[in-house]
Amino acid sequence: MGLFLIRRIGVMLLTALCLTFVVFFLTNLYPNLEKLAKSQGNNRMTDAQVESWLDKRGHLDLLPVQYGRWLGVAPGWVTVDADAGTATGRCWRGAVTLAEVESQRRFCGIIQGDWGRSTVFQDDVGPIIATRLGLTGKLMFWVMLLMVPGALLVGVAAGMREGSKADRTLSTFSITTTATPEYVSGVIFIAIFASTAGGLRWFKGTATAAMDNATFENFLLPVVTIALYGMGYIARMTRASMAEVMIAQYIRTARLKGVSFGMIVIRHALRNALIAPFTVIMLQFPWLLNGVVIVETLFNYKGFGWALVQAAGNNDIELLLGVSVVSVFVVLITQLISDIGYVYLNPRISVS
Amino acid sequence: MQELTWTGSLGVILNPILIILAAAFAILIVARLALSLVPGAAPRDVVAAEGPGGIVGIADSGIRWSGIGLIAVAVAYLAVGALMEREAGIIGAMSNRFIPVWVALAALFAVSIATKRRTGLYGKLFDSTIGMIGFGLVMFWVFAGVFGAFDLIQTHDPLAQVSGMKNKVPGTPLSRAGDGGYPHYLLGGDNLARDVFSRMVTGAWIVVQIAPLATVFAFMVGITLGLPAGYHGGRLDTVLTFVANLILAFPVILLFYLLVTPEIVETGIPNYMATVLFVFPLVFACVLLNSRYHTRPAFRTWLLIGVLGSMGWVYLSLISDKGTKVSVWPEALDLFDVPGGILVVFVSVVFVNAPTVFRIVRGLTLDIKTRDYVAAGQTRGEGTWYIMLWEILPNARGPLIVDFCLRIGYTTILLGTLGFFGLGLPPESPDWGSTINEGRKLLTIYLHPALPPAFALLSLVLGLNLLADGLREESLRD
Repeated sequence: MGLFLIRRIGVMLLTALCLTFVVFFLTNLYPNLEKLAKSQGNNRMTDAQVESWLDKRGHLDLLPVQYGRWLGVAPGWVTVDADAGTATGRCWRGAVTLAEVESQRRFCGIIQGDWGRSTVFQDDVGPIIATRLGLTGKLMFWVMLLMVPGALLVGVAAGMREGSKADRTLSTFSITTTATPEYVSGVIFIAIFASTAGGLRWFKGTATAAMDNATFENFLLPVVTIALYGMGYIARMTRASMAEVMIAQYIRTARLKGVSFGMIVIRHALRNALIAPFTVIMLQFPWLLNGVVIVETLFNYKGFGWALVQAAGNNDIELLLGVSVVSVFVVLITQLISDIGYVYLNPRISVS
Repeated sequence: MQELTWTGSLGVILNPILIILAAAFAILIVARLALSLVPGAAPRDVVAAEGPGGIVGIADSGIRWSGIGLIAVAVAYLAVGALMEREAGIIGAMSNRFIPVWVALAALFAVSIATKRRTGLYGKLFDSTIGMIGFGLVMFWVFAGVFGAFDLIQTHDPLAQVSGMKNKVPGTPLSRAGDGGYPHYLLGGDNLARDVFSRMVTGAWIVVQIAPLATVFAFMVGITLGLPAGYHGGRLDTVLTFVANLILAFPVILLFYLLVTPEIVETGIPNYMATVLFVFPLVFACVLLNSRYHTRPAFRTWLLIGVLGSMGWVYLSLISDKGTKVSVWPEALDLFDVPGGILVVFVSVVFVNAPTVFRIVRGLTLDIKTRDYVAAGQTRGEGTWYIMLWEILPNARGPLIVDFCLRIGYTTILLGTLGFFGLGLPPESPDWGSTINEGRKLLTIYLHPALPPAFALLSLVLGLNLLADGLREESLRD
């Protein structure tokens, strides 16, 4: 198990490095940098001015060097202003003297906890991501609370009597939810429950207020919208797994012993049937991330997904990088948990 | 000109029937659910399912008959409506516009059911109700898209703005009609006073074109790489699997935001990606034909020259566009130009889908390569590509066809996502995602611009999922 873990974590770190490098490469392409220079400096800069602006901030160095700086394994850039005798640098606040810069080489990258500065929010990226993640965490907590038990319940109820009417009805329901992406179900929900034009007006069509004070009225629609799309898929997996378990030998034995149907489902079938859904739930995280971005945009809930859209839409390179790092790690860690959990739950699988 | 109601004069007769039937249906379903919770009332075992008597039986047959009644009323709305046109309100008028689609659907189903014993898996689809419903939904939108491309269904130009029609509710008559144009906006006008109905139909054509084609390309890439990875294993497999996992670990929306921006398009990266990704169908066709016919060199050579020549021409026309980074093919020979936005969308959708297909194909290959017929092929001394493409691939077709249907649905969702975030496609594009995105901004005040494309997308993806389900069921049956 130890070796397996080490290898998995090693692969995970390698994947994370590759992915962040790809993101770094794509966000630091020259047209993006040019746009950054013009938005930060002056919109009417000439090409030469843009180049010098970028050069001063170390954006024109070799890509691996820049990546190393951002990561924190290479010393941050320092630009010396020979006339004034001062220097500016990535790791220095404001202008400092030459002597100071020369006396020590400072590293400041994400390893040191310095995530850079957001140009949209005019704030450090670290705190922004922390706040936004907190808000999304709140959303995800309720989504999970609704989605996982709901999906398992639907799946188990459908799978325990395969082919029955209940199975047909519930399966149709799960197929329909998997066919309804968040931007469709969200729009339909708002139209039914929140619109002033003929709608029921039970809930609010925007969740902005839910950031400080989440109530049933303003938070239910976004939660249900995300939960529904993921629910169908997990329910279908649970159903398949449950149906497979219900025709196993030991279930037949229990039946012949005269154990009641409810008892068989709860005591004998459920535990074995829940191994597969566990991995599926964990692997749902990347999809949920999609849902989060869509729903936060649709309901104007200013969480992590909203920050992603803002960063990408406004060419906020450092924030976008930070957001990517977090989302890539979320995906990779859930994959790792899913692998470990699968091995742990299923005694028939050995890792060696 | 009068404003249209939803059901017009047809509604006078049918609406009360519909309400009664729907109420009966709902009440009976609730009653049936309540009964099944009472112990002893419901059949405890599957064995006893051949006709439970008593109160449960009455409820069951009630549900069945009221359900059939509901469907009959719905069909009546559409069929009678199609004949009565605008007399039968908005639904009738829409049904009338869709007449070419109804005719095509009826013809297709009639021919398919008549020949279902002779058409293999496709024919078996018509043994499954779920599969038929799914196929019907999918073909409805396919025909709507195709006929829409010939302008047979739209009532107005999807881009034309008519003064005074901004955000008007469904069924509003045009203020200055009479010059031969259609006198109503059937599903109302959107925020820019364009006809919602015509935009929805035109949007179908965009989806029906891009989604299946992108899925085909993703399958070509996935199959061409997945077969050798699974068959040979070793270092090739390790590297390819790592790359596939790398792409899969990327949150899709982030990837879209990184790839589908004007700045990235300016650098030419999507064009280079297109150059690489679109070469896979050529490689696939080349290897497929060569491995089969290499024993007959004369025939093989001419076949390859013909096939690769025409495919290569299409390939070069596809990737090469004047004014982009990849402009290698002379304009005179360029068959068609793909608008830059569409190409980027296409490339990113293929890029996102290909790794999943790769994983599925690799898994299937790992399973199938242990079979006896593969060993027989190896003993005969067949080439590895022959074994992969002519022995393993045909035997993996069942799961692949099912996944193909599901994946078209997923691609449709992805296209909608791109439109929803306003990425790639031009802003006035009538595709469903963009229309939903436009409509959602005023959603709490005006419902009608956002809902039709939302339901259209929902029904198409639902149809594809049901079709996949039906296919899976029927292919498992034998």
